[in-house]
Amino acid sequence: MNGTLGREAMSWAVALAWIAAVLFILMALVGAPFGDALSAFLQNAFGGRRFSYLMATLSRAALIAGMAVSVMLSFRAGLFNIGGEGQLVAGGLVAALAALLLPGPPLFVLTASILAAMLAGAGWALLAGALHLYVGVPLLVGSLLLNYPIRYIASYLVAHPFRDVQSGMVQSHLVPQATWLPYFPGTRLDIGILFIIAASLFAIVYSRATVHGYHARMNGLSPAFARTVGLPVRKLTLQTLAMSGAIAGLVGAIAVFGIHHRYIDGMLVQPLYAWTGIIAVLLVGMIPWAVPLSGLFFAAIQTGAAGMERSAGVPKEIALVMQAVIILFVASRVSGALVASSERKAGAAEDA
Amino acid sequence: MLDLLFDPSFAASVPRFVTPILLAALGGALCERAGVFNIALEGFLLVGAFAAVFGSFFSGSPYLGALAAVMAGTAMGLVFAEFNLRRGGDAIVVSIAINILAAGLTTYLLRAVFDAMGAFSDPAIAGFGRVSIPGLASLPLIGPFLSGQSPLFYLALLAVPALSFFFARHRLGLRIRAAGENPAALEAGGVGRRRVQLYALMGCGALCGLGGAQLSIANVTLFVENMSAGRGWIAVVAVLLTRGRPWPLFIIAVIFGAVDSLSFRVQGLGMPQQFTDMMPYLATLAVLVALSWWRRGRTANGGTL
Repeated sequence: MNGTLGREAMSWAVALAWIAAVLFILMALVGAPFGDALSAFLQNAFGGRRFSYLMATLSRAALIAGMAVSVMLSFRAGLFNIGGEGQLVAGGLVAALAALLLPGPPLFVLTASILAAMLAGAGWALLAGALHLYVGVPLLVGSLLLNYPIRYIASYLVAHPFRDVQSGMVQSHLVPQATWLPYFPGTRLDIGILFIIAASLFAIVYSRATVHGYHARMNGLSPAFARTVGLPVRKLTLQTLAMSGAIAGLVGAIAVFGIHHRYIDGMLVQPLYAWTGIIAVLLVGMIPWAVPLSGLFFAAIQTGAAGMERSAGVPKEIALVMQAVIILFVASRVSGALVASSERKAGAAEDA
Repeated sequence: MLDLLFDPSFAASVPRFVTPILLAALGGALCERAGVFNIALEGFLLVGAFAAVFGSFFSGSPYLGALAAVMAGTAMGLVFAEFNLRRGGDAIVVSIAINILAAGLTTYLLRAVFDAMGAFSDPAIAGFGRVSIPGLASLPLIGPFLSGQSPLFYLALLAVPALSFFFARHRLGLRIRAAGENPAALEAGGVGRRRVQLYALMGCGALCGLGGAQLSIANVTLFVENMSAGRGWIAVVAVLLTRGRPWPLFIIAVIFGAVDSLSFRVQGLGMPQQFTDMMPYLATLAVLVALSWWRRGRTANGGTL
């Protein structure tokens, strides 16, 4: 007993040593002192005047956690939906355009835009689902390929018909100020995080306490079993994907109304929110309550790295390297959680 | 549209787009046949592209640049092997992590080594010239496509029959297929499955590295953040579609490369760039849909998952 515990601790120590070594080498390349960079990192992830950096971490964490929750619903159901980025972009784009085009009182415009964004996200996910179920394009491939067209459609719309020409940037006009999500009193943190918390709670309760969530999980762990006991597998698949997509669309809307107040070309793609969400889910082996925390952890890494860039001159992309190395070391420990995926993969390869 | 296809400059540009996809897909074929589900080709390509610029800039020779790309690609294959084969991480998880690692590492090193943001170009980066092989240009129909390309293109062309032969006749090629199709038989023959898969991953990394070199020091002589731009994913699709058979893979790569090149040409005719940029992905989806319908037509009960 003691022996396995010791070995376990040992292998974690080795992993940590590796991660530290990689970071050390990368920092040495830019001549940044390790200690200074580290303190800049911690300071900027959580500190700042009136905790301003902590607020930055939290608002980023909201987006990453939202994407993580979205992906978790699919993954638990055994659906390798890696098209979260496309669903996120669809949501952000539709939210901004709806807010610019819809007439009416601000609260109505805001509500309608958020709902439209969720529909857009769900629709984009369902497109991948339909290609998978009715045409035979594996979900892994189809959902991924659909990331690109929507990215370019969004880019075109804000570069041409809806461009704020005066700003000189590739971006839409600002959405009406009355629709902006308010900040928490005395902070620079918008209330968008409340939407994400609500979505996370929904996803946790759905996954752990509803029959539908249980069936979806069953389908994820053993598709053959789910089919044999007569679950409506196709319906389950489409409903799960729609939920995933709707949450991704919601995240896009939060980014628009809470943070950027318009759609800027690349604003949802470049920070790799969707991919970070995916690894946040994988880090904790798809355990529902841990997923938002894992999102917070990766957000802290990213804002910490952004601060390290400001004060110690270390390029902020070190955050991506850190995330990747962490997930590589952890991946070998959570592989059990993805058991059903190998069955899917074999199926996907056959189908392709 | 039709005269566009017979435009000599279009013909000459197709191989530039085919080569990276083909090389990456042939690498992917090694993994596919060996039973390794490697969807990190995008990351492998990107690292190859960066290493090629790195090697070429410091050595002044495109060949040493390509060598650096091969070494870097192979190293990525080793990382994949360490975490997937030895530590037992799920292949999809390891692939996603490696793709993120490649994006982060190349951008980081771009700034750390070259002090450049977004893109790095410098006269000191030596690119591959065009090789002219006597007589090739005068071949009917395919002549304009074949002549005056980078050496990596000819290498990729030779790699197709070579890989085909390798899978059919060579001892290691047969073992790679056994590792994918019947691991028990392989182990019974006294050959370790994971060792064979390790070789496949190293070969895959090397080929993807060359594909990356084509992107950064043959098509152009510069490195741009994320310059692989989804080509690795298209290669993944090509591998899945053909189940890693070299000749069908060649055909698919040529189709995808031609669309890529066509979209580049149409852009010159005034179509917004965003629409031409999405053409390769739409074409890939279209091919997937067409093939699956065709397959379903042949097998009456073509049920999916």
